[in-house]
Amino acid sequence: MKSNKLKGYNFLLLAFVIIIPIVGLMLGGDSEFGGADGMAAEMIDNSDYSPWIENIWAPPGGETESLLFSLQSAIGAGVLFYFIGYIKGKKAA
Amino acid sequence: MKQTNKLKKSINLILLLFVCIPAFSMHIMEGYLPVNWAVIWSLAFLPVLLVGLNRVKALIAETPEKRMILAMVVAFAFVLSSLKLPSVTGSSSHATGMGFGTALVGPASMAVVGTVVLLFQVFLLAHGGITTLGANAFAMAFAGPIVTFLVYRLFKKTGASMRVSFFFAAVLGNLFTYLVTSIQLALAHPDASSGVMGAFVKFIGIFGVTQVPVAIVEGLLSVMVINVLINNDFIKENDLFSFNSFNRLRKRKIAHEIK
Repeated sequence: MKSNKLKGYNFLLLAFVIIIPIVGLMLGGDSEFGGADGMAAEMIDNSDYSPWIENIWAPPGGETESLLFSLQSAIGAGVLFYFIGYIKGKKAA
Repeated sequence: MKQTNKLKKSINLILLLFVCIPAFSMHIMEGYLPVNWAVIWSLAFLPVLLVGLNRVKALIAETPEKRMILAMVVAFAFVLSSLKLPSVTGSSSHATGMGFGTALVGPASMAVVGTVVLLFQVFLLAHGGITTLGANAFAMAFAGPIVTFLVYRLFKKTGASMRVSFFFAAVLGNLFTYLVTSIQLALAHPDASSGVMGAFVKFIGIFGVTQVPVAIVEGLLSVMVINVLINNDFIKENDLFSFNSFNRLRKRKIAHEIK
């Protein structure tokens, strides 16, 4: 595939990536969600099962958790694009 | 040469950093599997992990550049798993990034990648748990990548293009992970009236609806990054999902048995 054609192709894919969550938000209403695994846990809690062991450590609050999450994506993106830059430079050389 | 050594060192450093920062999705939380199921799934995953460790060792010994690819695979998984995407039901979920990794390093190595990240996620984000690690890793780091691999092969056989095959492979691999998680939960928590099947339907209802759009996004992003890699001559189309990883494994095993 030619480089330019590929770029257009990727932008098209990117458009879908952006549209899907937006549509999800519009249909779903709000973003007050606890995550699917939280819902499953709630369902189990409603039966007569209670967890027999707790996590050793949990983030002290939602803000700290967001911090860890964004740190994680920042580092992931950093490394990912470091390599993309690396191979791009290598190709150009 | 000197430069590659330097690069290798920095990659190792980055990998180490990585390992300390967690996150994936859809885990069964700590304590939510009864002891017997926790043990069963851990035992089921153990051989997979050992094979994976062997595979990663062999990969790095054969071609040290694979270290770089491994770092990239982990990086992709990190980005994807930190994106909590909203879904139609008003619940959220995140992708796994496992499909991308499977394409580059094969399903066996993904057992190691998945386990390491799961493990540290337990300690830093309190997502998942030690006792449920076996079950979670079995679903995400074994079942998902295997399905991704098989789906890709199947689509390629029918003549679909690499990108179409890869998209569906990543999507179905992601969905299959949730299917397995639902089965695991249903087996451990059968519904009082409708039994295991009833519980399974309930769990798949929770995970499934949320997960379909997320899986599609994961598939799209995976294809995008693969496009970039191919465009920059980093990998060739034919190197994706190569059978080498399996063949070599088999040979090693046979050699082992003869000994």
